[in-house]
Amino acid sequence: MKVALQVTCVNDAMFPDTGKAVVRLLRRLGVDVDFPAAQTCCGQPMVNTGYLDEAVPVVRAFVDAFAGYDAIVTPSGSCAGSARHQHAIVAERSGDPALAKAVEQTAPRTYELTEFLVDVLGVTDVGAYFPHRVTYHPTCHSLRMLGVGDRPRQLLEQVRGIQLVDLPMATECCGFGGTFALKNADTSVAMGADKARHVRDTGAEVLVAGDNSCLMHIGGMLSRQRAGVRVMHLAEVLAATEASEGDSDGPAVDARAESFEGDAR
Amino acid sequence: MSGTFVGMPAFPTAARAALGDTQLRRNLAHATHTIRDKRARVVAEVEDWEELRIAGAAVKEAALRDLATHLETLEASLVRAGATVHWARDAEEACAIVASVTRAHGADEVVKVKSMATQEIGLNEALEAEGIAAWETDLAELIVQLGEDLPSHILVPAIHRNRAEIREIFRRRMGAVGRPAPEALTDEPAVLAGAAREHLREKFLRARVAVSGANFAVADTGTLVVVESEGNGRMCLTLPEVLISVVGIEKVVATWDELDPLLRLLPRSSTGERMNPYTSTWSGLTPGDGPQEVHVVLLDNGRTRALADEVGRQALRCIRCSACLNVCPVYERVGGHAYGSVYPGPIGAILNPLLNGVSDEQTASLPYASSLCGACFEVCPVRIDIPSVLVDQRAAVIDSHRGDRVPKQEALAMKAAAWTFADARRLRWAERASGLAGRVLGRFSRTTLPGGRTAAGRLPGPAAGWTGARDLPAPPRESFRQWWDRTDGGRDGGRQGDGS
Amino acid sequence: MSARDEILGRVRAALADVAPAVDVPTAPRVPNRGDLVALFVERVEDYRATVTRCAPGDLADVVVAALDGATTVVPPRLGIAVPGAVVDDGLSAAELDRIDAVVTRARVGIAETGTIVLDHEPDQGRRAISLVPDLHVCIVDASQVVADVPDAIALLDPARPLTWISGPSATSDIELDRVEGVHGPRTLHVVLVG
Ligand code: SF4
Repeated sequence: MKVALQVTCVNDAMFPDTGKAVVRLLRRLGVDVDFPAAQTCCGQPMVNTGYLDEAVPVVRAFVDAFAGYDAIVTPSGSCAGSARHQHAIVAERSGDPALAKAVEQTAPRTYELTEFLVDVLGVTDVGAYFPHRVTYHPTCHSLRMLGVGDRPRQLLEQVRGIQLVDLPMATECCGFGGTFALKNADTSVAMGADKARHVRDTGAEVLVAGDNSCLMHIGGMLSRQRAGVRVMHLAEVLAATEASEGDSDGPAVDARAESFEGDAR
Repeated sequence: MSGTFVGMPAFPTAARAALGDTQLRRNLAHATHTIRDKRARVVAEVEDWEELRIAGAAVKEAALRDLATHLETLEASLVRAGATVHWARDAEEACAIVASVTRAHGADEVVKVKSMATQEIGLNEALEAEGIAAWETDLAELIVQLGEDLPSHILVPAIHRNRAEIREIFRRRMGAVGRPAPEALTDEPAVLAGAAREHLREKFLRARVAVSGANFAVADTGTLVVVESEGNGRMCLTLPEVLISVVGIEKVVATWDELDPLLRLLPRSSTGERMNPYTSTWSGLTPGDGPQEVHVVLLDNGRTRALADEVGRQALRCIRCSACLNVCPVYERVGGHAYGSVYPGPIGAILNPLLNGVSDEQTASLPYASSLCGACFEVCPVRIDIPSVLVDQRAAVIDSHRGDRVPKQEALAMKAAAWTFADARRLRWAERASGLAGRVLGRFSRTTLPGGRTAAGRLPGPAAGWTGARDLPAPPRESFRQWWDRTDGGRDGGRQGDGS
Repeated sequence: MSARDEILGRVRAALADVAPAVDVPTAPRVPNRGDLVALFVERVEDYRATVTRCAPGDLADVVVAALDGATTVVPPRLGIAVPGAVVDDGLSAAELDRIDAVVTRARVGIAETGTIVLDHEPDQGRRAISLVPDLHVCIVDASQVVADVPDAIALLDPARPLTWISGPSATSDIELDRVEGVHGPRTLHVVLVG
C-alpha cells in the first residue's frame, strides 16, 4: 500500500513536530509513509471563507500531489473533512471535469490519522507511553463532519502510563472556526474561554486533540491565562515511547520548544 | 427587505455588545442548556430517530420539488372547503390583504397566534399604521410586545428575559393595554402565566378577527395545522368570527398521511416533549363550529428566491423547531438580537441571505456568524445541512464583491494565499520567510507557551484580532518540509523529531 | 399578472433544474411496547394530567366525582347523563367563560405520546366548549387507544376540525421551565373506560 502524509499547511509551517510524530508513529507500525513534496494546502481556508475560485488551484495542487496513492493520511480532522466533502464542490465550481475525476480518486482515499490507524491498520495499541494526566477535546470536524467517533479514545486508552480524564462538555465547539476566530474574534474568544475553563476543571496537565488549529486557539487562551496546561496533538502522544520520555526534555512533549529555542538562544 | 430589524449593525459589532451583557449571557446559557437536555432525553427515547429524520426531510423535499403543483392542489382544496385564498408576492401585499379583510369587518383589533411569517412581514406595525391593534397572545410574544422589545428566538421570543425582568414588564405595561397585572404579582413562572391568562382572556372573548400562521398546510385536504402549547392558538382559531392565516408557500406537504413524521419530529425537537400540549387542524370552515369566514394568504416574500438556490433551497424544509438555535454555541453566547432578524441562529444565518440576498452589509455578515461546528445539522429534524449552506452563502457574499473596483484586504490576502498554495515551491519560499520571522520573534518575545515554545503576545495590526486574548506560537525556524528535505524524512537525521 | 400567476411562475422557474420525483420512505414504526393502555395512562400522567380508570358501569359516577360539583357544560350527545350539566346549544364564549367544567368523549388516544384527539363530533361538541372552561373531563374508551401518531393519522378524518391534546395547557416561555395552565383548561382529567 502506497501511503502519503498530507501534513497540512498549518502543521508544515507552524507545527512540524506533529508531522514528525506521524512519520515516527507510522514507521513504528511498519508503514513506509511518503511525503509528496508537491503538496501545499487542502484549500479549506479559501472555501470556508467563500473564496471558491481561489480554492480551485489549491485543490488542483492537492490532487496532483496525491495522485496514485492508496491512502492519504492527515493529522487533521478538518483537512480530511475538506478533502472528503469540499473538494467536489470546488471541482464543480471549476467546471473542469478532469479535476472532478481526480477528486473522485483522492477524496475517498483521504483518512484522518485515527481513522487510518483504527480502520485501515486495525490497531488501537500503538505501543505508546505517555505518563501524564491528559484530557481529550474532540474537534468538531473530526466528530461531526467525519464521524471519527471514539477512535481517538480507543487509541488513547491503550497508551501506557496515561491518566485520561473526561473533559466536561467535550463536544462543544472551542470557537476556533478558521477565519471565524478573526472575523468574529469576540464570540470566538467567548467560546474559547468556556472551553479553557472546562479544560482547567479537569486538572489535566496536557490537552490533546486531533487538530492543531483548534489547539492553537485553546492553547493560546490557556497560555494567556497562565493556566499551566499545555496542548499537544494526538499524534505526538501516540508517537511518544519510553525512550522519548526518558530523554531530558522528552521530545514528545517538548520537541516544539526544542526546535526553536535552540535557535533563539 | 423584510424580517430584519432596521438599523442593526453587522453581526460582529452586535455580537460584541451582546457578549458584554452579563444578564443576557446568564439567561441564555440557562435556557439553551435546559432545552438541550430536554430534547436529548426525548430524542433518545425514539429508537429510529435517524430514519424518522430521513422520512421528515423526504416529505418536505418532495413537496418542495413539485411545489407549483402542490400549491395549486392546496388552493383548490381550500376553496372547496369554503376558505378564501389570497396570494402575496411580498410583505407589503400580505399586510395589505390582512388589513383589508379586517377592515371589511369593521374591526379595529385582531388577536394573533404566534407566527414567524407574520413577524417576518412586520404585520403588527403595518396594522398599527392602519389603526388596527394586533394583540400577541403567546406568552413570550406578549412579553416582547409589552416590553417594546424585539424577538430573539424562533420558539421562545423572550428567551433573553428572566422571570424578574418579565415581572417588571407585566407590572409596568399590562395596565396600559388592558387588564393590569395583579398587585401581588411575584416572579413565579406559574403566577406570571396566570397574569397573562387574566390579561388576555377579555381580548379572546371580544375579538372578532384572528390572525395565525400555520406549521403545515396539507395540499390534498386543504388542512392547516397549528402546533402550540398554551391554548392561545386554540382561542384564536376557535372563538373569533373571522380567521386569517398567513402561510409561507414552503409550508406545504402533499398529503394528510405525510404529516406523520413531521408531527413526531417537531415537538421532540422543539420543546423537548413527546407531544406539544395542543395541535389544531382545520380544513376551511366547519358549519356551527369556529370561524365562519376563513382566509388563507399564501406568501412568497423571498421564498422563490431561496427556492432557486441549488444548495440553499433545502433551508425551505425548515419546520421552525429552533433546535439549531438551542445547540448553537454562537447563539448561546450572543443571543438572537445580534442576528438582526426575526430568524436568528443558524437557520437565520442562512435563511436571511437566501430570502433577501447579500447586498447589504448586515445580511452579508450572517453566513460568517458560525464556527461551522456542525451541531445544527446534527439536531435538525429535517436534515438541513446548515454548515454547507453557510459556506455556500459565504461564496455568494464573496462573489457579489468580485466586481468591486477596490478589493477588500481579505480578498487580496486570499488571492495571495491561493497563489502561494498553488505551487509548493512558492510555499517553500514563504515558509523560509516565516521561519525568519519566527527567529526574530523568538529573540525578542518574552512570552513562552506552556511546554516552552516561544510565543507572540499582543501584536498590532490584523493579528490583534487573534492576540488580543490568545497567545500565538512563533513560527518554527524550520518547517516540516525543510526538515524532511534536510533529514531525508528523518532517515538520516539520527533520531527523528528532534530536528536540531 | 396576478400575484398568483407570478408566484407560481417564479416557483416553476426556480425549479427548472430539478426532477420532481423524490422517494418518500415510510416513517419507521415504534417497536411493540406491550400493554398500550398502560403506556397511554403513564404518558398522559407524565403531563401532569389526572387519569382514572373505570368499568363501563361506573362511568357516570366517576365523572360526577371528577366534576366535584363544578358547573358543567356537555356536548349534545355525550352518551351519559351528567346531573345539572348544561347541554351546549351554541353558548357564547362569554357564557362558556362562566362555566367551570366540560365533559367530552374523544376520537383517538395515542399511547406513545399520551395524546387524546378530539374530532368534535356531537359526542365531543364544538371546539369552544372543550377550550374555555378550566376543567376538561375527557372520556376515552380503552379500545380507542392506538400505538402511535401514524395510527391516529390513519383513523382521523382531516375534513373535521381536530384538536390534539397532550396534557393541560402549558408554557415553557419563562426560562424554558414548563408550567401547566395558561389559556386552555388548566386541569385535564382523563377517564379511561375498560
Ligand atoms: S433549521 Fe432545522 S433545526 Fe433549525 S429551526 Fe429549522 S427545522 Fe429546526
